[in-house]
Amino acid sequence: MADVVQPALPESTKRRERAQRLLRATLLMPSLLTITAFLVAPLFIILVYSFLTPGTYGGVIWEFTPNAYIQFLFERDIFDDSLVFSTAYLGIYGRSFIQAVVSTSICFLIGFPTAYFIATRPVRQKNMWVLLVTVPYWVNLLIRTIAMLFLIRDEGPLNHTLIWLGAISDPIHIAYTYYGVGIGLVYSYLPFMILPIYATIERFDFRLVEAARDLYADRWTTMWRIILPLCRPGIVAGSLLVFIPSLGSFIAPDLLGGGKNLMIGNLIALQFQGSRNWPFGSAAAMILMTVVLVTLVFYARQQSRAKVRLH
Amino acid sequence: MSMFRRTFPRKARDLRRYPGFRAMTWACMIFLYGPIIVIAIYSFNEIRSITVWGGFSLDWYVMAFKDELIQRAAITSLIVAVSASTISTCFAIAAAIAMRRRMFRGREGVFVIISLPLIVPEIISAVASLAFFVLVGIPLGIGSILLAHSVFCIPFAYLPISSRLDGIEPYFDEAARDLYANGWRAFTHVLFPLMFPGVLSGFMLAFIISLDDFIITNFVAGPGATTLPLAIYGLVRTGLTPEINAISTLLLGVSITFVTLSYLVGRMQARVSP
Repeated sequence: MADVVQPALPESTKRRERAQRLLRATLLMPSLLTITAFLVAPLFIILVYSFLTPGTYGGVIWEFTPNAYIQFLFERDIFDDSLVFSTAYLGIYGRSFIQAVVSTSICFLIGFPTAYFIATRPVRQKNMWVLLVTVPYWVNLLIRTIAMLFLIRDEGPLNHTLIWLGAISDPIHIAYTYYGVGIGLVYSYLPFMILPIYATIERFDFRLVEAARDLYADRWTTMWRIILPLCRPGIVAGSLLVFIPSLGSFIAPDLLGGGKNLMIGNLIALQFQGSRNWPFGSAAAMILMTVVLVTLVFYARQQSRAKVRLH
Repeated sequence: MSMFRRTFPRKARDLRRYPGFRAMTWACMIFLYGPIIVIAIYSFNEIRSITVWGGFSLDWYVMAFKDELIQRAAITSLIVAVSASTISTCFAIAAAIAMRRRMFRGREGVFVIISLPLIVPEIISAVASLAFFVLVGIPLGIGSILLAHSVFCIPFAYLPISSRLDGIEPYFDEAARDLYANGWRAFTHVLFPLMFPGVLSGFMLAFIISLDDFIITNFVAGPGATTLPLAIYGLVRTGLTPEINAISTLLLGVSITFVTLSYLVGRMQARVSP
């Protein structure tokens, strides 16, 4: 930037700037090269793969075809080779989408009051609560999901306790159902909702609440008209952080859905493991990636619009 | 109401309080920690039954430690986690210093690339890495696991380091330069000691992220190498056993310790901050 504004720099400054630029490039190189070579390039490869022909035992044959994408919407009739509209795969995408929306909403309903309560505690308590929310965020997702499965399965401690208490006579089936997957998703990503909302409420100017109450708004009107709208950035960020991983989640539907409640993540995994149709798996991954990117772009545009509105 | 307010000014007039929010917070904590605590308790259960408590015992831990598959997986996990977090922390230190307080063209692009592993859904990174390793001809095994882990550990190491660096005023290293320290000496004697809490925090986060990773490892491991999460997943497929509870509890303990330490180091850095 500086070299555009000031045309006549002394030679020594120019040399120093060049040296600085070189140093910066050298320092950035290892991270950028690693991520480009082992993540950006692989993403590009599956983009290419999604337009190729599947090999018999996994892998691909280098022949261009859009079949992988067509397969999403149509099934090829075995007898006359005609294409018949089929909702099998669309159904998986639809179900995953609904599952992700529902878990995001539940995370919000649990997460907002929690974040609000934590943010309005005295400093010392606040730090302890934040640590309590942060720990599960980092703890092994696989093991947390196994723990949840252990707890809620038919013969698990939860059902056993409920039967012992006399609340139910037969175990409630939660594990290996649609609801089990939902519980698993909320359990997995709840901290992602709490932390960003907490961060916005912490900066919230509570004099606004006082003003609202002085103007005879009751508690809940104040929440609805003042607090919630002003905490929107945190709520949107939290919702995205829950929605995106939920949509592509693999572990929760795999362990808690018991193979019957496939989501997009499992569909992609299956193509690279079991049924071995790499192009179809790549296409499924590309569609998921597109959904994620569209969501992120939508979010970024909203953010910048919100900034304009503030100024 | 107004009288009540005057008598108990602090409590009753706290306009920020909402009924039910405290209860929801506690419910939320029970939901988050309940399953973990239950599985930890049952890992000490003497008998195999999962419904009856048969007394305290460490048998399942002994059994897990003796299991050769688990032993080998634990060693692989440790090698990968230590190497991947060391590599990614070194890379992240370099990148964070380059990005520090300097506006240059492409800075935002660089940031997007560094945080890319956090944006791309894990399952997509997993299958993409598999396709890439097979295409390029890198054999699947401990090497491919290490490569994949180093990639996704970079942003986790980078974020605490760069936030620490943002808190260090540039006059510290300027002072070092004024006292005729060359760039390297200014780094080793001034900047690095100042940024060390961030480095430690980033290293620990990268370490547990690598130790805990399941999805990406599952795809790039190949038949030869098994990490601890893969071994646990394999065991779970055949049914939940107290042995799984024991290994899981151990791994949970390691993660919780590291996260708490990383958090405390982070707090410490906030207090020491110049």
